[in-house]
Amino acid sequence: MSGRPEVAVGMSSCGIASGARVVFDALKKEVAGRGLAVDVVETGCVGACHAEPLVEVRQADGRKYLYGNVDEARARTIVESHLAGGSPVADLLIPDDYTYLARQKRIILSNCGVIDPESIEQYMAREGYSALRKVLTSMTPEAVIEEVKKSGLRGRGGAGFSTGMKWTFARDSKSATGQKYVVCNADEGDPGAFMNRSVLEGDPHAVLEGMVICAFAIGATEGYIYVRAEYPLAIKRLQIALRQMEERRLVGNGIMGTAFSFHLHIKEGAGAFVCGEETALMGSIEGRRGMPRLRPPFPAVRGLWDSPTNINNVETYANIPHILTMGSAEFAKIGTEKSKGTKVFALAGKIKRGGMVEVPMGITLREVIFDMGGGIQGDRKFKAVQMGGPSGGCVPESMADLQIDYDSLSASGAIMGSGGMVVMDESTCMVDVARYFLSFVQSESCGKCTFCRIGTKRMLEILTRITEGKGEEKDIADLEELAMTIKSSSLCGLGQTSPNPVLTTLRYFRAEYDDHIRNRRCEARKCKALIRYAVDADACTGCMLCARVCPTKAARGERKKAHTIDQDACIRCGLCFEACRFHAITITTGREALQAAGRNA
Amino acid sequence: MEQAFQALLEDWKAVKGNVIPLLQKTQDIYGYLPLEAMREIARTTGKSAAEIYGVATFYAQFRFTPMGKHVMKVCHGTACHVQGADSLDTVIESKLGVAPGNNTADGKFTIERVACLGCCSLAPVVMIDGEVYGRLTGDKLGKIVAGIGDGK
Repeated sequence: MSGRPEVAVGMSSCGIASGARVVFDALKKEVAGRGLAVDVVETGCVGACHAEPLVEVRQADGRKYLYGNVDEARARTIVESHLAGGSPVADLLIPDDYTYLARQKRIILSNCGVIDPESIEQYMAREGYSALRKVLTSMTPEAVIEEVKKSGLRGRGGAGFSTGMKWTFARDSKSATGQKYVVCNADEGDPGAFMNRSVLEGDPHAVLEGMVICAFAIGATEGYIYVRAEYPLAIKRLQIALRQMEERRLVGNGIMGTAFSFHLHIKEGAGAFVCGEETALMGSIEGRRGMPRLRPPFPAVRGLWDSPTNINNVETYANIPHILTMGSAEFAKIGTEKSKGTKVFALAGKIKRGGMVEVPMGITLREVIFDMGGGIQGDRKFKAVQMGGPSGGCVPESMADLQIDYDSLSASGAIMGSGGMVVMDESTCMVDVARYFLSFVQSESCGKCTFCRIGTKRMLEILTRITEGKGEEKDIADLEELAMTIKSSSLCGLGQTSPNPVLTTLRYFRAEYDDHIRNRRCEARKCKALIRYAVDADACTGCMLCARVCPTKAARGERKKAHTIDQDACIRCGLCFEACRFHAITITTGREALQAAGRNA
Repeated sequence: MEQAFQALLEDWKAVKGNVIPLLQKTQDIYGYLPLEAMREIARTTGKSAAEIYGVATFYAQFRFTPMGKHVMKVCHGTACHVQGADSLDTVIESKLGVAPGNNTADGKFTIERVACLGCCSLAPVVMIDGEVYGRLTGDKLGKIVAGIGDGK
């Protein structure tokens, strides 16, 4: 980096959506206007999404100051006071001991929010491609695989298979076509997960370097990175990175002047969740419908275009350069006995401080959610955390001290998954969450296996009925039977794991199902058919806001007089509740709601 | 067929695994996949029209009708769901008169329901013409929609 002071703005998708571009432009203008010798630069995701837009001032003396929640006016203040005046703006600073950042162990994210992701020079200045150089000039493919094995790295896509083992299979596999492939699964389709996007947007070269090293280790000459089309910025940054690699002969023919050649292509996904499954993903690259096929043969034996193929997740490849740089022994010191290294999680939902965190394996859920994430929004009661997306499950509050590692999470019924963590509070209905995931997998089922195609449909119907207050006692047993049948009779991971959200909520939140079925009650006041909105006449000031936002004109009344809600017209969208500033809208459920409906409050 | 489309076929005809990129780039040209273009892709790639149509209908990205002037993607990821994405649908329906999955009658908006935009910590979010709007409330979205509809 230059000796000049810098001011860096986090320009990932989240940052831009929060107004980072406006802040960036304001900084540029203000710096130029004052004629300051300061560079205004872009960087990737710092990870503290809750405090976006983020701005970091890097002084010439090496000291760094991170500012959060910056807007246009604050950007000008920072330039005026800090950059021109030399005194940091204390009110806007994120303190050094901010637990959200201080408790992290950043390996994968070590460059995210630090370097300009569109600059290969900055990546190389931080040891980028030194692992590749070491591999190509001083190691045999077998030695590389041995290092990866010894590191204990397990696949970060969710299933947690040993990466070194996987590479061994691909290396040992004889190719009838003479061709082997390396594929990166960047089809991050789990709703509620965005770790891979942030890594691709913030440090694309690390992933690509990991892929080239893998290619050398298994003897592949061609590779694909399959990125979902919903991530346009990640795709753009990968394209830039790939072009820079080509210019510097880090990919293509004769890499780094050696005899090793490897060609890399970026493939845009077309929007199918099932393509996160490896055989479906390969089908999609080949230009077919992304439908999984029977394994074995595994991709290591017969993969892309019938050639041996190694498929890993984005985060797995991003670990590789670090392992080779720091050495497998050093890497294996981090984490637990069976889960080594760190894991990146995407914290979202009803949490105070959401964003990306990278933590050592073995940390507890409580530490992540409360110490780092700051607990629950509005200090409401923590209910559960959903991990692993549609294949995962909901871990209840009572298990918050659960250690985060592959095996502990599997035992809880959830899975590590790719790292989505959606926090839920008492206003989240667990039956509704189960129905939500079922509706997702039902629409994403490719349709090949009968039990996945039709079974999830039947489960969804039952769950919908329960949330509509039409549940029956036998529904629970039916759900369980369907779940077990789908698990045992589906070909791929999507089908086999699709009942997990239902099974875990049944296991930990059975009382909520019973309440819906027996009492027509939704404790969380979420299921529309089971709730009624009303106006508390004492609290209502007659401000008319509810009447203005109500889409069906059910909320009505005169100015400065208590309003009412017409129960027949109310569609229970909750917009009045959200809009009311005086807590005058009440929500009832169960018996009370039935009475409210009768008297048309 | 347009010149750009002919050039596209020419560029990609020898690339292996070209079906999906061809469909994607065709959609970039026309805004959707015209039937005749899919037939042309079938001829170029040596596959049957049914196979091309089968691939196109498998993936959520492809459209078979023209798009509105503005494309609004309403995120229904897990985080957005627990933060109230359903009420955003209600707002859209009441302001624009159509449910997600449709075009407005005036052709101004195409409303799509998407699984996850990956901006979970800003939930609930919508993406309008590639730009993400986060931390929405019904009221906020109503104003954004009205602003875009007025051409602001």
